Amino acid sequence: MFKYSMHAAVIATAMMFAQSAIAQDAAPMPQQSAAMAASALRDPALKPVFDEFGGKPGLVALMNDFMDNLMADTRTRPYFADSDREHIKVELVDQFCVILDGPCTYSGKDMEKVHRSLGINRAAFNALVEDLQKAMDKNDIPFRAQNKLLAKLAPMHKVVITK
Amino acid sequence: MQTQHKNRMAWLIGMALAGCLVSSMAAANGTSASDSSMPTVSNKLLLTGGVTQVEGSAGGGLTPWAVIGGYGTGDEIGANAFITHVSLPDYHLDEVGAMVGLYNRVEVSFAQQRFNTEQVGAALGLGQGFTFQQNIVGVKVRLFGDVVLDQDSWLPQVSIGAQHKQNDQAAVLRFIGAKSDQGTDYYVNATKLFLSQSLLVNATLRFTKANQIGILGFGGDRNNSYKPEFEGSVAYLLNRNLAIGAEYRQKPNNLGIAKEDDWYDAFVAWAPTKHVSLTLAYADLGNIVIKDRQRGLYASVQVGF
Repeated sequence: MFKYSMHAAVIATAMMFAQSAIAQDAAPMPQQSAAMAASALRDPALKPVFDEFGGKPGLVALMNDFMDNLMADTRTRPYFADSDREHIKVELVDQFCVILDGPCTYSGKDMEKVHRSLGINRAAFNALVEDLQKAMDKNDIPFRAQNKLLAKLAPMHKVVITK
Repeated sequence: MQTQHKNRMAWLIGMALAGCLVSSMAAANGTSASDSSMPTVSNKLLLTGGVTQVEGSAGGGLTPWAVIGGYGTGDEIGANAFITHVSLPDYHLDEVGAMVGLYNRVEVSFAQQRFNTEQVGAALGLGQGFTFQQNIVGVKVRLFGDVVLDQDSWLPQVSIGAQHKQNDQAAVLRFIGAKSDQGTDYYVNATKLFLSQSLLVNATLRFTKANQIGILGFGGDRNNSYKPEFEGSVAYLLNRNLAIGAEYRQKPNNLGIAKEDDWYDAFVAWAPTKHVSLTLAYADLGNIVIKDRQRGLYASVQVGF
């Protein structure tokens, strides 16, 4: 009997933790971290990765394949179908270039403002990551270099995923 | 009689889980056919849900990870079924099971292990091929953290879980000195992906009385209380589909007549798609009852979405 009440207690505790964790997830993010995630931060340690991406011409080629994948993917297409895709590609090249310490400046819009009204969920965000991974594979970018870039992009989920 | 009843309960849970799996798969297919704009499953990144560990939870081969099994994200339900075979010099283990991951928050799993004693069974007077059968029902809850996305903090993904185990050989277990034919392990684990290094690290703290994970019952003449045991895994991602790694699992040593060793393995996990993964490991399970140096091949296939 004791054992069963113990199980019940453990399950109840687990549920309680889960509830508070859900509440935590739903809590609004502090303004500061939103701003941090919104801007592409230059990281000098990633200069060798910039070269592995083939420099700026490599990024341009990558972004062409990336956008093709996004448009071919039914999970991501709705977010790009009615937008100026050539402009987005230019912005993305600059943004990735800056993150990888390339000779570029990112003059694009604030990430938080751009994504605020799009209603992107985790599934769509992950789909975009997959499409980027496929494009990087196609461009023969080494897997380790891919992950170094993705590690810098991942924190942007805070401003990109809004639902 | 009571044991039979419990086994039946475990089977019912297992069948219910399998039912969930089949119906969710059907629902998933229906979704992709009718509304291709927004599928509702399979949106986690490849291999980030782990594979199925030896007790049916999502993890490595030997240890559960803090990840929720299946490829469902926070809005989705994912599910897996698996089959595992472990071939040792003097024994073999066959295992089947299924799990459902709910909204990247809760994981419910069922596994059935059949541990065959081969010639050792005959030597001990139990009969050649004497088999211990164990049913395991597992629950895991993600508390906080995101193993993939939290790349700008040191915070890991943390989960807690329980595995309730029921062994079908109560009389034999009593004879060898085990105090019970059933038991529940409780664990807390933390999993962190260091994406810049392509490295995943997991640490699990398990509170258990299980002898040889329950195959030899629970508690014993040497010790009959819960002991904390450490389990660790590291995995290096070679590409999107392939990971290699190693694991360690500390174990209790409760039985006077059957010394128990910690377990180790080195593994390769390959996921050509989200619907299938294959895990091969070389496992060192140490001494099991009267046979030392039980080292062999662990093979596991998982299907799901």
